[in-house]
Amino acid sequence: MQSTAHAFKDNVGAALADPNLQDSLSKLKVGFSERRRQAAERLPEFEALRDRARDIKNHTLANLDFYLEEFERKVTALGGHVHWAPTAADARRIIADLCRSVGARTVAKSKSMVAEEIALNEHLEELGIAPIETDLGEYIIQLRHEPPSHIIAPAVHLTKDQVADTFLEHHRKLGFDKRLTERNDLVAEARYVLRQKFLDADVGLTGANFLVAETGSSMLVTNEGNADLSNTLPRMHIVLASIEKVIPTLEDAAVLLRVLARSATGQESSAYTTLNTGPKRPGDLDGPEQYHVVLLDNGRSGVLGTEMQEILRCIRCGACMNHCPVYGAVGGHAYGWVYPGPMGAVLTPQLVGVEEASNLPNASTFCGRCESVCPVRIPLPKLMRHWREREFERHLTPRAVRQGLALWSFVARRPGLYRSLTAIANRMLSLFGRAEGRYRSLPLAGGWTRFRDFPAPPSGGTFHAQWKATRKQP
Amino acid sequence: MHPIFAAAMVVGVSTSIENDRPPPRRVALFVTCLVDLFRPAVGFAAVKLLEEAGCTVEVPPLQVCCGQPAYNTGDRATTRAIAMQVMDAFEGYDAVVAPSGSCGGMLSHHYPALFDDDPALKARAEDLAARSHELISFLVDVLNVDRVAARYDGTVTYHDSCSGLRELGVKEQPRRLLGSVKGLALREMKTPEVCCGFGGTFCVKYPEISNAMVGEKSADIAATGADTLLAGDLGCLMNMAGKLQREGSAVRVRHVAEVLAGMGDLPAIGEPEAGAR
Repeated sequence: MQSTAHAFKDNVGAALADPNLQDSLSKLKVGFSERRRQAAERLPEFEALRDRARDIKNHTLANLDFYLEEFERKVTALGGHVHWAPTAADARRIIADLCRSVGARTVAKSKSMVAEEIALNEHLEELGIAPIETDLGEYIIQLRHEPPSHIIAPAVHLTKDQVADTFLEHHRKLGFDKRLTERNDLVAEARYVLRQKFLDADVGLTGANFLVAETGSSMLVTNEGNADLSNTLPRMHIVLASIEKVIPTLEDAAVLLRVLARSATGQESSAYTTLNTGPKRPGDLDGPEQYHVVLLDNGRSGVLGTEMQEILRCIRCGACMNHCPVYGAVGGHAYGWVYPGPMGAVLTPQLVGVEEASNLPNASTFCGRCESVCPVRIPLPKLMRHWREREFERHLTPRAVRQGLALWSFVARRPGLYRSLTAIANRMLSLFGRAEGRYRSLPLAGGWTRFRDFPAPPSGGTFHAQWKATRKQP
Repeated sequence: MHPIFAAAMVVGVSTSIENDRPPPRRVALFVTCLVDLFRPAVGFAAVKLLEEAGCTVEVPPLQVCCGQPAYNTGDRATTRAIAMQVMDAFEGYDAVVAPSGSCGGMLSHHYPALFDDDPALKARAEDLAARSHELISFLVDVLNVDRVAARYDGTVTYHDSCSGLRELGVKEQPRRLLGSVKGLALREMKTPEVCCGFGGTFCVKYPEISNAMVGEKSADIAATGADTLLAGDLGCLMNMAGKLQREGSAVRVRHVAEVLAGMGDLPAIGEPEAGAR
């Protein structure tokens, strides 16, 4: 997917001016966080499970090479194939070759952010292979030619009315010429249209929530069951997953599943949890004849051993964006790439370059709500701050900010000078502002006064001046 | 004597903290740069509350800022230099208390990690961190203050500032003390824990996003019907006051310490002084 992260500020302007988006976001902000809170409260050991989930991922990352090779051995022993893709281009080439090897014309896909990351759909279309998104949200945005705006709810930026219009536009040619207004009717129509596409597909492509090293299984959770049709009906099943999805054991998967669904949607468990373990065996009634796992690195191994490593614990639940007031204000598209919200603000600079995504780790108040709900306790504000430090070191911080900071720093490190200057500033701001109590505009403070009044200090001087005048230091 | 200070003295007569008084402690007040420059009354309110709880309060003259502007911009070298200056200024006090969860959290949660590569400085930073507190939680959790004798006739709503809430666990302490203020009724917002959009330099670097956030906050405040908004951090308060006033709201905005210290009759943040017109 082509990044527009460099245009973050423009994207923000468009997002704030979009009434449909703002309507959708107002529902998301209340719904997800409330359901997560209730789910966490219902499970007394939830906080302890978060610790265990963190520890499992830390252990895996410390031994990532071992578990990946173990996973490969198991998959191979089952009759499947593991393909290593260092870059997005490698993954696209591997998948295209696999599709062509069976003469595929259509590929049934279940939702995969990694597929978005490598821009798989565009690539397949160029080769004349039609990718069919089967997750309802992904299907809607595929029809609209839009990128996802949320990692677990890709069409969350749309209202029901927008979906109704989109379906009418695209399904009319299939004989559905009634504009539907009920949620269930829209789902039923999509299900009907998609059913034949599952049956026709030559290849099923899914992502993976976890790759289990001890069994060679890929594990998927969905609420729609679309992944199960994607991976059982076609002749070939391709799993596309990034390397940090591997975990040691099924026991570990049980722990992670318990925090994943609760953190994501507030469910105790997703409706479908599916393990795919190799191709169809002799005697099996169904299942794919070929089973391939494409393991994507795409810059992740470069994070190992660095101060950013903790982001690789992420299990893609979306809780950080569901609780982020910045995401809640601007939605996912403003971030300009596949991964929005706090986890995206940390991961995107790594994957597309910090020059491209320099705004993302800066557009945070460090309110800390993301870290407080992260099921694997990733210190997201700390990692965003590390990006700011790298930007500062590499002189990517805007010049005006650097100059302002340098001036402030010069003064702040000289308490005597600081006192004199703040005394003057206090006097001026108080003198001209106290009749109104506040300023409606103020030189050099346009960013503030464009939307807010600026409170004027009362007369009498700074605290330090008053303290000196009224109290003797001991 | 300045009127703010005089007001504090007058109310002080009727304010007593009925508790087993701990032995006097030598407490350094970390005024914070915003309180120093824009709202000195908060500093005097803090002094009053601490003294009434039995502390001896000093204001070390070499203090300036905790370094967050540099820290949050990614300028680690400047942050370290300022942190060392703060460590010097507050050497030797039993406790360092700030009327701010943000600045308090900077000292108690963020300084030590700045010196991971220097064991001697890290030890000093950890020593300061262990002595550093946000004002209201220091009163309640350390000094065991559980009531004040102030009076405030009004309905207030309380915003939980992010650093105080999530780094320092400041949540029930201000509500407990506010519960003892005569005449005061508390009405909670729907989402008092959601950020107001201040975020230090964030509010001027991303003014549109900040405005959307504070706009939502002001709607939440208005929906409570409260006549007064309180919080424990002046940055958030200035942001919310500025937005409320731009919208023409009549809600008055004050630092929680002012109300607890019986200084709730001062002009609110952004209000003109009596006779100044």
